[in-house]
Amino acid sequence: MHALEIRQLTKTYKNGVVALKGIDLTVDEGDFFALLGPNGAGKSTTIGIVSALVNKTGGTVRVYGVDMDTHLEEAKSFIGLVPQEINFSQFETVLDIVVNHAGFYGVKRRLALERAEKYLGKLGLWEKRNHRSRTLSGGMKRRLMIARAMLHEPRLLILDEPTAGVDIELRRSLWDFLREMNAGGTTIILTTHYLEEAENLCRTIAIIDKGEIIEHTTMKRLLAQLNVETFILDLRKPLAALPGLDGFGLHRIDETTLSVDISKDRSVNELFAQLSARGIEVASMRNKANRLEELFVRLLAENGPSEAGARSAPRAM
Amino acid sequence: MSRYRYLIAFVTIVTKEITRFMRIWLQTILPPAITMTLYFVIFGRLIGPRIGEMGGFQYIQYIAPGLIMMSVITNAYANVVSSFFGAKFQKHIEEMLVAPIPNWVILCGYICGGVARGVIVGVVVTMVALFFTDLRMHSLWITGMVVLLTSVLFSLGGLLNGIFARSFDDISIIPTFVLTPLTYLGGVFYSIGMLPPFWQKVSLANPILYMVNAFRYGILGVSDIDVATALVVLAVFSAALFAVCLALLNRGVGIRT
Repeated sequence: MHALEIRQLTKTYKNGVVALKGIDLTVDEGDFFALLGPNGAGKSTTIGIVSALVNKTGGTVRVYGVDMDTHLEEAKSFIGLVPQEINFSQFETVLDIVVNHAGFYGVKRRLALERAEKYLGKLGLWEKRNHRSRTLSGGMKRRLMIARAMLHEPRLLILDEPTAGVDIELRRSLWDFLREMNAGGTTIILTTHYLEEAENLCRTIAIIDKGEIIEHTTMKRLLAQLNVETFILDLRKPLAALPGLDGFGLHRIDETTLSVDISKDRSVNELFAQLSARGIEVASMRNKANRLEELFVRLLAENGPSEAGARSAPRAM
Repeated sequence: MSRYRYLIAFVTIVTKEITRFMRIWLQTILPPAITMTLYFVIFGRLIGPRIGEMGGFQYIQYIAPGLIMMSVITNAYANVVSSFFGAKFQKHIEEMLVAPIPNWVILCGYICGGVARGVIVGVVVTMVALFFTDLRMHSLWITGMVVLLTSVLFSLGGLLNGIFARSFDDISIIPTFVLTPLTYLGGVFYSIGMLPPFWQKVSLANPILYMVNAFRYGILGVSDIDVATALVVLAVFSAALFAVCLALLNRGVGIRT
């Protein structure tokens, strides 16, 4: 069954901006799905329509087979939303925020309190339950929004840039939490500008650009499209001249740093064999860029320049 | 979602609303008590004896129901407009919009929050009034009905203002330029029988006149207008405003893009 099925979804704002040009999208039950795209591509509009915060212009949205046009409340009951911006009252306590959220979904108070302890505990916020939300740090506020979205135990969890602006340690702990939720059967849709995050977590990916889906496939298939990977080599000793290598594109960055392009039909072992034969000792080696990032940039470039005139740069972690 | 779940959602909204205004009681409950104390001291004790009787009662007794009603009106309105616009401004209204709650449940929740504040402030101001004068209850049923319908009507008015408001300025325009003048001209401090015939007829177009007089009838048993007409006007306006607010929420005006 599809957790989410979008057909010919269009959105034109009152100011005439066409945000979505008839997109089709399906997310399978149990999937960990990445919806990627540059700023202004239509990601948040899509999520806004699915979560009933934005009125669509045309098309249909079904959540677990339930049409949002005819059975809005039933469709909404399946969804948990973690929005991009902080959207809870700054004057309420952490516990009130999550328990009230459960109440909005018709969860009895006793059960809501049990779940609050469970999810606030998992996300390291139980000790802060009686603190007013405005006293929390930025990272805690992000975790609170995730805990809140889990209080009614949704079958479909939508996260709109949940780790924006949080430190790497917290980001990785959130990844572990999301993996656990997904393993427990929750379907997850994630939008993020951290492409390594999407590559690490998601099994299926859709890329949206200028209101259209330009790629919709599995992460494995998408990454298989990458024919060449670029690595950076740090050398032990300065190099006087660039050596010629058979089958590898070698470029000099400075006298102790090289970049090398390795196509899919060549191995790293061959590269090191040729370097050793020339007496070049490599101290360390790293990817020049995240693999998904390279594909992302390439796909956007193939889709033409942005209508705003400039692309927002994706962030490597 | 079952009706029981709607009930849980409704109770959650009402509890959240009451908790909100009780948390800031220094801004919501105390100021009307202080303001009304000043009204009773100045208009009741100092100026009132020089005015003499009105409608067969001491002036302080005559104005007490109007002052109580004025507090109910302004607080029911202020509660909903500030809470709803605050929720829009801080975006936490999205908590309710994404949840499987029908808009009529959200609407009823906000109305009950406004009614609760209107009634609590009304009780507090009545207790203040009892320090200054004796008040008897002519008709508990009419008094209760008028307070309930008036606070429902002005809660809906506050919600309507909150729906269209885009800035904090927008939520103070209606109370300042519409509500306050209509309240002062709605017979709180005088009987419209004192006005020239032309201004008496003009006053009949002021809806607050009906509320103040119907409430005064409930307490004192005197009124410038027919009480049954006042109750019908209140009920009809409340129903109409409920329908308008619900239609606006269903269309997402002011809350969805």
